Amino acid sequence: MDRLFDVVAVFSLVLIVWVLSSVRRTRIRVEYSVSWLLAGAVLLVLASWRTLDDWIASALGISNSFIALAVIAGAAFLVVLYRLSLRISGLKDSSITLAQQVAILEFRLEALNEKRRIE
Amino acid sequence: MTPPVNQAANQGARRLLVLIPAFNEESAVGGVVREVRSAVPGTPILVADDCSVDATRTEARLAGAQVLALPHHLGLGGCVQAGYRLAYELGYDYVIRVDGDGQHDPRDIPTILKALERGDCEMVIGSRFVDDDGTHTSWLRAAGIVFFRAVLRPILGRPVRDPTSGFVGVNRTALALFSATFPLEYPEIEALVVLQRKRFRFVEVPCRFRPRHSGQSTITPVKSLYYIIHVLLGVFVNVLKFEGRRK
Repeated sequence: MDRLFDVVAVFSLVLIVWVLSSVRRTRIRVEYSVSWLLAGAVLLVLASWRTLDDWIASALGISNSFIALAVIAGAAFLVVLYRLSLRISGLKDSSITLAQQVAILEFRLEALNEKRRIE
Repeated sequence: MTPPVNQAANQGARRLLVLIPAFNEESAVGGVVREVRSAVPGTPILVADDCSVDATRTEARLAGAQVLALPHHLGLGGCVQAGYRLAYELGYDYVIRVDGDGQHDPRDIPTILKALERGDCEMVIGSRFVDDDGTHTSWLRAAGIVFFRAVLRPILGRPVRDPTSGFVGVNRTALALFSATFPLEYPEIEALVVLQRKRFRFVEVPCRFRPRHSGQSTITPVKSLYYIIHVLLGVFVNVLKFEGRRK
């Protein structure tokens, strides 16, 4: 059981370092890294602090403290994924509006140029 | 000669635009444009090209249409909405959409326009089922139509015979609505719900449908399950959508 907690702690550390490294290389924007860093930090704390896991397991009525950790980790990552879905949806809407406006402006510009050419 | 799209809105008496959304329809779109020109001479024709990788734009221009060229692929709804937006900005009173694959018979455009000009509805659907049995419809599409008829009946409060038809005409009121809000994927069914939420009216008129001139339908058996789930979700989201309190 201890080994599982250690694996989760190492995984969360790798995640944090990976995200920070991506931010440093500007492959991920700071505002999008916050959710992942928070999720990694929560996971690291839970994997390192067994007393807290036991207390959460007891509060949730779960006999195994690792399952409590897994439930919380799963919920944290679902929240992160949901936030990203919201962001992607917003970006898609913006992208569609932008593409339509570009096409319309290009169309009107071509028409204007054609009119000037004839005059 | 087809009048330019940007001038006809200021000059024409009835101010109709024929909108042809197209994606990789090089073998069909030229024929469709020529048929439209023959059916409604003097009417401006706009081909909204959804970033085709073939010669759709060239073929459309050669046949006498003007092209609204999208910079990247948006899907049918985004493509049609771009055309609606331009038509609305240019002041058109009516827009009739004809698919670029040749399934819709442009000789029915005057029928749709006549129904729009009567002024008792905001949208006219060219239906393959009003007078016909829909002979050219695949069994999969026919099954989908029957299913969505049943789903839409209580939502719309009236029957609709051909909810998946893309052969539609809209007046300026509907054009204003669709310029701002239009479903992006598989838009026909969701558009009916968007109309209903605004208490707009629609009528169906009999139209002839033909097999595609070329290419593949976007609704394949593999995609049909995704289509049903997507459209159902879109319908119910539109039913439940909260647009905020009046200011």
